[in-house]
Amino acid sequence: MTDLSATVERDPSLPDPTAPLTASGSLRRRAIVSRLVDLTASGSALFAVAMLGLVVFDVAKRGAKALSLSFLFTNPSGFAGGGIANALIGTVLIVAFAALIAVPIGILTGLYLTEFAGPRSRSARALRMVLDMLQGLPTIVVGVVIYGLIVATTHLETGFAGSVALAIVMLPLIARSSQEMLMLVPHTMREGADALGVNRWRSVVGVILPAALGGIATGVILSTARAAGETAPLLFVNSIYNPNATQLNIFGHGVPSIPIYIYTNYDLPSQQAVNNVWGAAFVLLTFILLANVGARVLLARSRAKMSG
Amino acid sequence: MGDRIFYGLCAIAGLLTIFVLVEVVYQLISGASPSISRFGVGFLGHSRWAANFGIFGAAAAIYGTLMSSLMALTLATPLGIAIGLYLSMMAPPAIRAVVGPLVEMLAAIPSVILGFWGVAVLAPFAAKYLEPWLHSVFGFIPLFGEPQTTGLSIFTAGLGLTLMVLPIIAALSRDLFLTVPGELKDGAAALGATRWEIIRGVVLPTTVSGVAAATVLGLGRALGEAIAVTQMIGDGAGIHASLFLPGNSLASRIATEYTVSENKLEIPSLFYLALILLVIGLVTSVLARIISSRFDVQRTLAR
Repeated sequence: MTDLSATVERDPSLPDPTAPLTASGSLRRRAIVSRLVDLTASGSALFAVAMLGLVVFDVAKRGAKALSLSFLFTNPSGFAGGGIANALIGTVLIVAFAALIAVPIGILTGLYLTEFAGPRSRSARALRMVLDMLQGLPTIVVGVVIYGLIVATTHLETGFAGSVALAIVMLPLIARSSQEMLMLVPHTMREGADALGVNRWRSVVGVILPAALGGIATGVILSTARAAGETAPLLFVNSIYNPNATQLNIFGHGVPSIPIYIYTNYDLPSQQAVNNVWGAAFVLLTFILLANVGARVLLARSRAKMSG
Repeated sequence: MGDRIFYGLCAIAGLLTIFVLVEVVYQLISGASPSISRFGVGFLGHSRWAANFGIFGAAAAIYGTLMSSLMALTLATPLGIAIGLYLSMMAPPAIRAVVGPLVEMLAAIPSVILGFWGVAVLAPFAAKYLEPWLHSVFGFIPLFGEPQTTGLSIFTAGLGLTLMVLPIIAALSRDLFLTVPGELKDGAAALGATRWEIIRGVVLPTTVSGVAAATVLGLGRALGEAIAVTQMIGDGAGIHASLFLPGNSLASRIATEYTVSENKLEIPSLFYLALILLVIGLVTSVLARIISSRFDVQRTLAR
């Protein structure tokens, strides 16, 4: 009887099958590397959240000093003393008017993309490309363009010019988000309307738009919040005005706004002014963050409704 | 009948959108034409900007734009990808649902507020700690020269831009990583790959062009940012190797000169700067589109 195991030559390059199944050598190294990557990634996420927290905390801490009811309801006096009432009213006016221009055009553009142009058609591709380019346009460039278009010809900075500039910033955002939301509307709803012999425009107005309404509203809110915080488009077209007076006539005069208030006063040498600028920043940031949270909640609810 | 009118309305809105872009291009070219015919392409290479002497050149601003944006991308790209990986592959669902929106909210902070915060908090921090430390360790590289006391510098502007670009890259790369088919990841895991090996071997290779597109979009945002950069970059003249000196970017040069015009060529020269920004903006968005369409082709082939 010969010993069989002695006659089989083992290939020394293969792993030893009788070795115990515990991590050693390179396997342990691989696990450690993977663990390090995990830590780096979660650390990065922590860093981003911490930076958001830091900015919000600093603005809130310093802004709270200036904040009071009279800060919100009185006009500025002297060099950025007093309150910010006129800038608040002005921002609401300019942004509302910008929304009045951008929302209908944006939603109709979104409807054109989803309801009329085939997704692969040349016109739809061209339009999507234009929307991408408009969205990539630096906002200061928009300001310069509206300066050339309106201010240089009328020799007058007006709130209206500011609204037009903000509308150009909002337009691609609204069109893009409307398009995406309209695409989420189930095909069965369109086909159901078609099967009942409903006109296209009636099915859009009566069925498709209502179904996508929550999502479209989300896009409108987000773009409005974005426009409310924009400074660069206003700089050339709506920054010359009496900073201490309320101005309601957006067609005839420059209208004060919160971003321009911050931009023109943040480096004033008076402590009172700097406190007030922090206060204005706090008010603006609160509005924008609340609008963002609200929009997200709305989006989640309308998504759930559409899929459920 | 109603259908016709409705189609007409939608088509008009679409045409209006296209018209806006055409008008933007036309306005910039016509507004810049006096400066273009006076300075020509040499405008791009000339570094001095002295409005009261009628001397205008974009080179210093282009340099400041490039340095601050490249610095922001260098910092934000790896960080953003790491956050994208964390949110798509590592975070428990409950944490993901909170951290994801918070990261995106970083992008919602208005630039004028971020810039003001940068001047009040970030710049002193940079001048007191970051810049001296970098100077003492890497001082032999000309980029890290002698720090200034104010902290208003290309470096600080680059840090601010990092915070603005980071959420864009993070959110886009998270969405990309979520599109990687689960079978591929499971297959790699079944072969015994660790999470890092799955990332390196499967997730990153299948999304590389999309991540590149996200980076280009972030770059476009950084290049065109005006207000926050104007506040933090310190409005310096000339081209200096050191990042710690004040500088200017294309957008910040436009934003600082918005009130005054001392020379009849000044406004056309600002239009010229805006035209350069427009070209850069269009190139980046087209580039991102080309890259990501290649990505789409890859994904459809993989299915």
